[in-house]
Amino acid sequence: MLSAYPRLRAVLLRCAQAIPVVIGVVVISFLLTRALPGDPAVYFAGVMADEASIEETRIAMGLDKPMTQQFVIYVGELLRGDLGMSLTSGRPVATDLANRLPASLELTLTALILASAIAIPLGILAATRPGTWVDHLCRVVVTAGVSLPTFFTGIVLIFVFYYLLGIAPSPLGRLDFIYIEPDHITGFYLIDAALTGDWETWRGAAKQLILPAGTLALFTLAPLARMTRASMLGALSSDFIRTARAAGLTNRKVLYGYAFRNALLPVVTTLGMVFSFALGANVLVEKVFAWPGIGSYAVEALVVSDYAAVQGFVLAMALLFVVLNLVIDLLYTAIDPRIGFEAS
Amino acid sequence: MTDAPLPRTQGTWAHLVYVLRANPVTLLAFGMFAFLIFCAVFGPAVVPYDPLATNAAKSLQPPSWEHWFGTDQIGRDVFSRVIVATRLDLMISVAAVALSFVVGSILGAVAGYWGGWLDSVLNRFLDTIMAFPLFVLAMGIVAALGNTIENIIYATAIINTPFYARLVRAEVNIRRNAGFAQAAKLCGNSDLRVLAFHIFPNALPPMMVQVSLNLGWAILNAAGLSFIGLGVRPPTPEWGIMVAEGANFIVSGEWWLAVFPGLWLMLAVFTFNLLGDGLRDIVDPRKRT
Repeated sequence: MLSAYPRLRAVLLRCAQAIPVVIGVVVISFLLTRALPGDPAVYFAGVMADEASIEETRIAMGLDKPMTQQFVIYVGELLRGDLGMSLTSGRPVATDLANRLPASLELTLTALILASAIAIPLGILAATRPGTWVDHLCRVVVTAGVSLPTFFTGIVLIFVFYYLLGIAPSPLGRLDFIYIEPDHITGFYLIDAALTGDWETWRGAAKQLILPAGTLALFTLAPLARMTRASMLGALSSDFIRTARAAGLTNRKVLYGYAFRNALLPVVTTLGMVFSFALGANVLVEKVFAWPGIGSYAVEALVVSDYAAVQGFVLAMALLFVVLNLVIDLLYTAIDPRIGFEAS
Repeated sequence: MTDAPLPRTQGTWAHLVYVLRANPVTLLAFGMFAFLIFCAVFGPAVVPYDPLATNAAKSLQPPSWEHWFGTDQIGRDVFSRVIVATRLDLMISVAAVALSFVVGSILGAVAGYWGGWLDSVLNRFLDTIMAFPLFVLAMGIVAALGNTIENIIYATAIINTPFYARLVRAEVNIRRNAGFAQAAKLCGNSDLRVLAFHIFPNALPPMMVQVSLNLGWAILNAAGLSFIGLGVRPPTPEWGIMVAEGANFIVSGEWWLAVFPGLWLMLAVFTFNLLGDGLRDIVDPRKRT
């Protein structure tokens, strides 16, 4: 039946391919929780625990059972959305992560949109005018961008825009205390404020967001610009572009209708890789800007050895990334119709 | 040697000189690399102050002739600390990259040469590692193994291994039935010998490029981990932790605490990236982007 719909078949196939990866991710995160130095029960029982309460924790956590049985229990808990309790906040880790996830996503997505909005035009310009100042600018940005430690760029931006120029708000969190948090609809302050029509708060949140998002964007700019330039150069030198030009199509049509559409695929692939970097760099940026996302949550948890929280964070990030890669692969079929048929 | 030797007689060396002359940036990168190595080896011997010596009378002084990079909140000389930290930062990244080089080479070579289920298992495993945002995985590993410098090295090595394993696997795989490999086998060499001495060396040039690019990334990674408080502990001088400590003073205007170690870190990463690009031009001029 499915053979009648090759597109659908390809999509389902790709979704099925994500399953072993998810299983692998769960296995690794299980091993990480069980590989704690010494005895996990000692950690989870707390600092004040004595022999008896450690033993109690061991049984409560199921650590006295064989490894395979522990794994089954772990998977069962995961399926119920149970990631354990956070020692610091006293709430379930899953709740904490869900509360803080929108802040991180808002930051990462804004940064990626910002980076794409700068990098893709820059890459196209560099590819269409090789050897000019745009090309050199592109090369400098690309080489410098990958060498910049995000936490350092963030600090320099704070110094310049907050301390020296005084145009940025103090780098503490998502919203200055003079504003009232917008009602919780999606958890994204910009969207929530826009939905409730509170433009004062929207501006406050945007001001607070621009420096951390800019920091993250600077970091993700480089691979995107580099890949756009390279794949545009490749597309522009191919035969169908020569044919299109010979046929007398306008420069605009050739560039955006034909060359860019074909160059987009590797760029989208890079976007997936860049997202992985961005999720990692997010942790550092959140720490620098005291951004209340899941990254700074994990850092706080690390400092006090709150392992359930850290492992929950690692697992959540990995699952997020797997889903994202899935979405990107599905985007391929939308960008390039040939792909769906090739897979069948 | 004649005054005008034929280019053909010089081979690799002439090519190297040609590339370096055509691309002075690569030469600069080699120079900076030599400087970093010098700092790492002789740093503790040549710095003007003890990196751990405190001097409360001279706390938070801006850069001056006496203290090039200023002093920190307890009067330690930032310049001395930055230079001395070179050794630790380079050591962490070199050790991590060396580990992933060796492990990745073995895994990739075995999977690429024998293929079959070994290959599929390895690929699944690498896919799983790559399914994690790598910095986040490194955090998780350090959290699980314990907060020490060795574990930073292991974590950085683990997240880098897939790149090497995949590279070696691809390079070995396309050559496993090549004429020279079959000839070597017919001469009575064992599989292992053919793999190690005839096929694997072909993967080395692209590996060297990868190593150089990876070193920069490993330094960033290690500094990032220590920035969030993992691995290196104060008062040990290390770039990431110095930036983290200096960050607290940036909002009150004491910029030199964070900026100089950060710049130094950037310089090191930049050097390795330039070096990698330069090596790529030498090894494979077509791959330039």
